[in-house]
Amino acid sequence: MGALLAADTLHGPKVDWFALTPLIILLGGAMVLLLVAALTPAWPKRAYALFTVAVGTAAAVMSFILWDRINHQGAKTLVGDAMWLDKAGIWIAITVCVGVVMAALLTDDYLRREGIDGPELYSLYLLAALGAIVMASANDLIVLFLGLEILSLALYVMAASHRKRADSQESGLKYFILGGFSSAFLLYGIALIYGSSGSTNLGRIETYFRLNPILDHSKETLALAGVALLIVGLAFKVAAVPFHFWSPDVYQGAPTPVTAFMASVGKAAAFAAMLRVLLQGLPHWAQDYRPAIWTIAVLTLVGGSVMAVVQTNVKRMLAFSSISHAGYLLVGVEAAAHDANKGLASTGVSSVLMYLLVYTVLVGGTFGVVTAVSRTGDGATDLAGFRGLGRSKPALALGMTVLLLAQAGVPLTSGFVAKFGVIGDAVRVHSYAIAIIAMVSAVIAAFLYLRIMISMWIAEPEAGDDAREAVRVPALLCVAITLSVGFTLAIGFFPDWLIHAAP
Amino acid sequence: MIEFPILTMLVLVPVIGSVLVALVSKRYPDLVKVTALVTSVLTAGMSIWLLAAFKTNNADFQFASQHEWIKAWGISWHLGVDGISIFLVVLTGVLFPLVIAGIDPHHDHKRYLSWMLLLEAGVMGSFISLDLFLFFVFFEIVLVPMYFLIGGWGYDNRVYAATKFFLFTMIGSAFMLVGIIATAVLAKADNGHVTFDLIKIAENASFAAGTGRWLFFAFAIAFAVKVPLFPLHTWLPDAHTQAPTGGSVILAGVLLKMGTYGLLRFGVFLFPEAAVWARPLFLTLAVIGIIWGAIAATMQTDLKRLVAYSSVAHLGFIVLGTFALTATAITGGVMQMVNHGISTGALFILVGMIYDRRHTREISKLKGLQKVAPIFAAAFTVVMLSSIGVPGLNGFVGEFMVLIGSFGTARWWVVVATAGVILAALYLLWAYQRVFHGEPDEDNKSFAELKWKEGMLLLPFIGLIVFCGLYPKPMIDRIQPSVDKLLEHVAQHSDFKIPAPAEPVISNGGEG
Repeated sequence: MGALLAADTLHGPKVDWFALTPLIILLGGAMVLLLVAALTPAWPKRAYALFTVAVGTAAAVMSFILWDRINHQGAKTLVGDAMWLDKAGIWIAITVCVGVVMAALLTDDYLRREGIDGPELYSLYLLAALGAIVMASANDLIVLFLGLEILSLALYVMAASHRKRADSQESGLKYFILGGFSSAFLLYGIALIYGSSGSTNLGRIETYFRLNPILDHSKETLALAGVALLIVGLAFKVAAVPFHFWSPDVYQGAPTPVTAFMASVGKAAAFAAMLRVLLQGLPHWAQDYRPAIWTIAVLTLVGGSVMAVVQTNVKRMLAFSSISHAGYLLVGVEAAAHDANKGLASTGVSSVLMYLLVYTVLVGGTFGVVTAVSRTGDGATDLAGFRGLGRSKPALALGMTVLLLAQAGVPLTSGFVAKFGVIGDAVRVHSYAIAIIAMVSAVIAAFLYLRIMISMWIAEPEAGDDAREAVRVPALLCVAITLSVGFTLAIGFFPDWLIHAAP
Repeated sequence: MIEFPILTMLVLVPVIGSVLVALVSKRYPDLVKVTALVTSVLTAGMSIWLLAAFKTNNADFQFASQHEWIKAWGISWHLGVDGISIFLVVLTGVLFPLVIAGIDPHHDHKRYLSWMLLLEAGVMGSFISLDLFLFFVFFEIVLVPMYFLIGGWGYDNRVYAATKFFLFTMIGSAFMLVGIIATAVLAKADNGHVTFDLIKIAENASFAAGTGRWLFFAFAIAFAVKVPLFPLHTWLPDAHTQAPTGGSVILAGVLLKMGTYGLLRFGVFLFPEAAVWARPLFLTLAVIGIIWGAIAATMQTDLKRLVAYSSVAHLGFIVLGTFALTATAITGGVMQMVNHGISTGALFILVGMIYDRRHTREISKLKGLQKVAPIFAAAFTVVMLSSIGVPGLNGFVGEFMVLIGSFGTARWWVVVATAGVILAALYLLWAYQRVFHGEPDEDNKSFAELKWKEGMLLLPFIGLIVFCGLYPKPMIDRIQPSVDKLLEHVAQHSDFKIPAPAEPVISNGGEG
């Protein structure tokens, strides 16, 4: 034992630093914001946000370069087999960077409006993004857990970051307690898988179960319990029914730009991790976990859309809509589980990845509009807050309408392309029932988007409407919403290149 | 030389018009109207040119154009018209400028016109798409402008009606989308690659009977909601009653036809075996719709609701003709699609005029209008008679062809359906009697006579009602070859035998 620990035998893995540049850039950016900004006087207006946008963009650019490298040299693992450098990972990295950029654009004026301007939130965005990317490219359950914790801890603080609103504190605390609870599930699952397979490395876990198809009874029990706990832990992170209870409260209470970030980046990372764990690590158990995924997907689809119908707060509505989107993504995961032994080359994977990118942009824009409408104090997120928006801010209302129609999956928007992708894959593997349930629940969910549109365009003005604070759309927010709407329509009309690109 | 992409332009011009209208400043209301009118008239002109250039006695898809759109999924921008769709295209082209020019939405003209033009593009696209995906896109996109038109410019209960319309139709589409994907995926084996091309799938794919029937039903639900077929019709009376006049005209005139057209093109053509198998069900639902719609119409106290229920009955005839599967019956059904669009459209316009004058549509509150507005009453009479199906007017031709064509293959259904013709006379004449006859009371004394502008709006409708009623041959000549071809296709792909043509009854129309 002593010899093993001797310095000359313990040598670290060879590190391909270049392949880690997106992570390094994000980490560097976060450090600069935290340390430099703490030591210097307040930066000029918009400087924090623009710096964050620059860091996010730089990380995205590096990801594109790495993408190109994978095109030439193929995928590989990094840092002693702990992480993947593959297209799926890079795709999520780009998605996460897009989420960071959108969130930073949304946050800029918000913080000044609320009187809580400072670099902390931006720094947390970058750290959370780092965690998200680590989680999405992990090839080891421990690394995955590390990424998850970096992401989650940042999210807890972000949710509570609006110091002047009790709602925000409550949101942060709730998220923290329930999030910690779910992390425990995940960790327990990791331990049990380790107990049965002898490794935390996804590749080695896969090999072990493949080479030992018949396990003795106790090991099989361990492994199955581990799979179940891992699914519970990840289902909590993606807010799938019945593990969704935190999400409406947290979404509603968190500062609106943070909600956008949570809904997009948090979801992207958790789904990427789920794909990796289920398809790269545990394809052997596909027959066992597929029914579970099927059930969770159906519950999520139906639950998300039905519960959304009775809400009156737009942020809560969007929380439930986000749940039903998770249901759609699970439809893709379920499809992938049908030929799980192909790993990330399974049928549904590219549709899920495409959905995540599309959804990140969509949700950024949608919450951008909510940020503007919530007005000073971030409180006017009732349906009533949207009343008359079509008259007072027609362009903003039109943008919101496009985004909502896209969320509802109306053709010629990116949302339709995304849904078409996952439904197509479900049909391809003959999961007709889930495809039909998904489409019908989309109709129920459409009702909720219609309600917001009714409020904006059709509802009669009421007394006191004129006394409300006017909705302002500051420059960076306007940029974010415009980009989001533009992307939504562009992909809606010309989705070909995105479909080709999706790994 | 590159051929002028006329079909693409039929879709694009209204879209461009819609965007232009949205961009023009609110301060120039006249410019808004002129832009909308010019683009819609341009579309109408193109559709009429299309009709003029359409080759008679040619069953193929004409003016076809195909471009790759989403290559990864085998989806192409594939458009074409044949005898079944050509008149629906023309009807769409002609109806929109009339609605845009003739019917005042009362407020927010700019947004109204913008939505209207977008709606036109969607409807046009649905009728000329030859790609399943493309068709779905248009079919679905139509919901959005129609939703806003009902919700924004409708009457008191408009939000409820608009939401109901949207959700009902979307439920149907949900099944259709899964059906479309499944069709394309399953047809891959026969096509060699995934394609959503209607013609390729219809010609090459051979589905197992059970599969084909499931797929057929996935499509048929969407169309049955749209038609609407009993018992999925409950959205229609609400949507019609609450929609603004212009919206009702379009809804009855062309939107419902997307359902009946879909049943022909994407039901019978795509899944012949299943369609033949499902005939008894659809014939029965059609006949129930005819009788149910007629009885419900009789019971209505609201004039507009009455017309809405009459639509349920009329559309039942079209479905009856479609599933009777004889050349005469289907041709009659296609003609009925067009004729119903003209006469019910005109009826809605007239009801809208009554509402504008009296601010009520309650039959009991209207009385003796004939005395104070004889010309208005005359116009109403002509349109009403056309809707009843009086010989010499357009309504008769289609209905009669459906009945006579179906008699050989669906005898007992026809026997029941014929009662619907009589009921139509009952509810419309009875309504006419209550509204127009008698002495006008105090409220109705000041009912204004038909104005010039209103007359000009009605004139094309009445002209078409009379023309199509007296001389339907040009229509039949263009429709029938495509119908024959469709039946041959059905006979080839199922054990269905084309019935020997009935007596050479009405090759030159139904003057009776």
